[in-house]
Amino acid sequence: MAIIKKLKAVKINQNHLLGIQDLSFSEVSNILDEAKTFINLNKSYSKKVDILRGKTQINLFFEPSTRTQSSFELAGKRLGADVMSMNIVNSAIKKGETLIDTAMTLNAMHPDIIVVRHQDSGAPNLLSQKVNCAVINAGDGRREHPTQALLDALTIINRRGKVEGLKIAICGDILHSRVARSNIYLMNMLGAEVNVVGPKTLLPHSIERLGVKVFTDMKKGLDGCDIVMMLRLQNERMEGSFLASPREYYEYYGLTPDKLALAKKDALIMHPGPMNRGVEIDTNLADDINRSVIREQVELGVAVRMACLKLFCKNI
Amino acid sequence: MKEKYLINARIIDPKNQIDEIGGLIIDQDGKIKAVGKKVTKDNLPKESEITDLKNLILIPGLVDMRVFVGEPGFEYKENFRTLSNAALSGGVTSVVSMPNTSPVIDNVSMVDFLKRRGRDKSRINIFPAASLTKNTEGKQMTEFGLLGRKGIIAFTDGIKCVQNPQLMSSIMSLASQSKSLIMQHAEDNILSNGGQINDGEISTRLGLKGIPALAEKIIVERDLSFLEEYFCRYHISLLSSQKTIDVVKKAKNEGKIFTTGVSINNLSLNENDIGNFKTFLKLSPPLRTENDRLSLVEGVNDGSIDVIVSDHKPEDEESKRLTFAKAATGAAGVETLLPLALELFHNKSIKLEKLISSMTCNPAKILKINKGTLDIGNDADLCLLDINKPWVVKQSELKSKSKNTPIESRKMQGQIMKTFVKGEIAFERS
Repeated sequence: MAIIKKLKAVKINQNHLLGIQDLSFSEVSNILDEAKTFINLNKSYSKKVDILRGKTQINLFFEPSTRTQSSFELAGKRLGADVMSMNIVNSAIKKGETLIDTAMTLNAMHPDIIVVRHQDSGAPNLLSQKVNCAVINAGDGRREHPTQALLDALTIINRRGKVEGLKIAICGDILHSRVARSNIYLMNMLGAEVNVVGPKTLLPHSIERLGVKVFTDMKKGLDGCDIVMMLRLQNERMEGSFLASPREYYEYYGLTPDKLALAKKDALIMHPGPMNRGVEIDTNLADDINRSVIREQVELGVAVRMACLKLFCKNI
Repeated sequence: MKEKYLINARIIDPKNQIDEIGGLIIDQDGKIKAVGKKVTKDNLPKESEITDLKNLILIPGLVDMRVFVGEPGFEYKENFRTLSNAALSGGVTSVVSMPNTSPVIDNVSMVDFLKRRGRDKSRINIFPAASLTKNTEGKQMTEFGLLGRKGIIAFTDGIKCVQNPQLMSSIMSLASQSKSLIMQHAEDNILSNGGQINDGEISTRLGLKGIPALAEKIIVERDLSFLEEYFCRYHISLLSSQKTIDVVKKAKNEGKIFTTGVSINNLSLNENDIGNFKTFLKLSPPLRTENDRLSLVEGVNDGSIDVIVSDHKPEDEESKRLTFAKAATGAAGVETLLPLALELFHNKSIKLEKLISSMTCNPAKILKINKGTLDIGNDADLCLLDINKPWVVKQSELKSKSKNTPIESRKMQGQIMKTFVKGEIAFERS
């Protein structure tokens, strides 16, 4: 944390939070440092501050989400912002309105922040070109999910003190995962060594060019790791063309006690959720309070999102 | 019409192996009467109308084998008049128009409509292609014989590829009987399903689903196998990858007879140009790696690739101002085809004569049309260019109805100054 404290004065230069790829090391440090100040607030009796009083935050979720959407909603409310979550099912988007028209409509109501999740990669980038407020990416296609990576980093720092020098394995469906991509960029930036583990059909083309070691044998990939990050297997895409069966997948890539035994003794288990118990992770391991930090990830997620809302809201 | 005398130009006519300073005489019917170094000021009638073309290059009007026009059905994207203006400002005097209209050009009744519209609204020569299959659905083949009698010179499903191997073998079998030209857009639909850009590091970083080069290669391999059984006039519309070039090179070396084309976009740009989700660079086939691009350049040089096309696909702003996944595919380019190709001459990638032949006599020969050469007696369809003139591509100055150029703000060297169609000046840059 020493480095982070030194750089506290550095401001965020970006207008939007579109992806980890766009952030500098000092900006990341700044966000994480800010987030730490909110951890205790979130545990206290009165959780509300007025940092964003009078500001308007719109949550625009084009994909179903429970934890990310509620996390952003709580984060905004605890900072005192007026938060509106758009219900896409009832919106004009169902009537064929384009993303840009929706953006222009919302923009006319003068929001200060739009939090967007979209099934198409690059949608937040397009949105950010058309509105006058800060855009925060809450997940776009398979490209990036920056706040998830930031909360993962905060969780690791909270437990291990730093990310630098740690060995982190990201396992499972890398191909379809925005969480994997954001985490690869962020953990690399913070000085970790990153392994990705998965069957060949779920590894994207040229993934090694992102600065990771690639393993198809989970036992080799977990060897000596400090952190084991499991990814949700996108069940809906799994049958037939990518994998033979959930049963075989669990056999080779499910996190079980015998595979975990190859990682460091005190290795932490992480998962962005929602989990498929018995598909990518053994159900007892998921609940093991000594190893699994899955619930802590959710808890710190609110703090990280408060930090992001605060820092990016100031910028426009 | 009076006779016209053009003198003092550098005349390049690859088909007749002419590259010399000389002149050209256009007769009263708009045909080429004489051409070459013998046509000088001294041997022309004293009182005649003479144009001195010092420092300009005179070449045959270009033949663009792959152009989309919005008529009928998508007139808001491009109509015959705007296409004609765009083509003329790019020195293009003949185009093959793709059948992907609404309705699709798949029966004889459509052909008369197109020919009439083309004749009334445009000044360029329009050769409509008809579809290979009804409504380009890839199920039932169209009437090659009847359509051919109506004047259709080429068959293609345009942006689509015939997937069913049984149907494709029948198509090639019947085409060998009717001597029809079959043009295939080589892409396996299942492999490329949902794909947006080249499958590689860029697609991984942008989180876009990739289109593997294999999707192109296996269709080319399949069709070349059919070609051994059913020898027909077969043309692969657009090559994009080194993998396919290797297949083509090998097949041509083995003596197989077929032809191939490449889009100027794949020849001049690569996947890195997509940058931050620029939808104007969403193309089919996709832009691939720099290595792929270099292998395409080599393919033009060694004859694996016969033709360079603009693959001009006008799309209105509403179809492009979307997320990358939802944006329409294609780029406008008929008016920048030659200038962009000249970039490859200026940077010494491809010889001038080679570039010009792949946009004039080569496509004309494949299509079996009397265009793309300066043969005596041919229509005087001509392009005059200043090979060094610097200029910058600006959307607002494009003549096409749609402005989806992939090379906005690119600095160019070489510009078309005048275009003649049938001996008349159809375009003149002020």
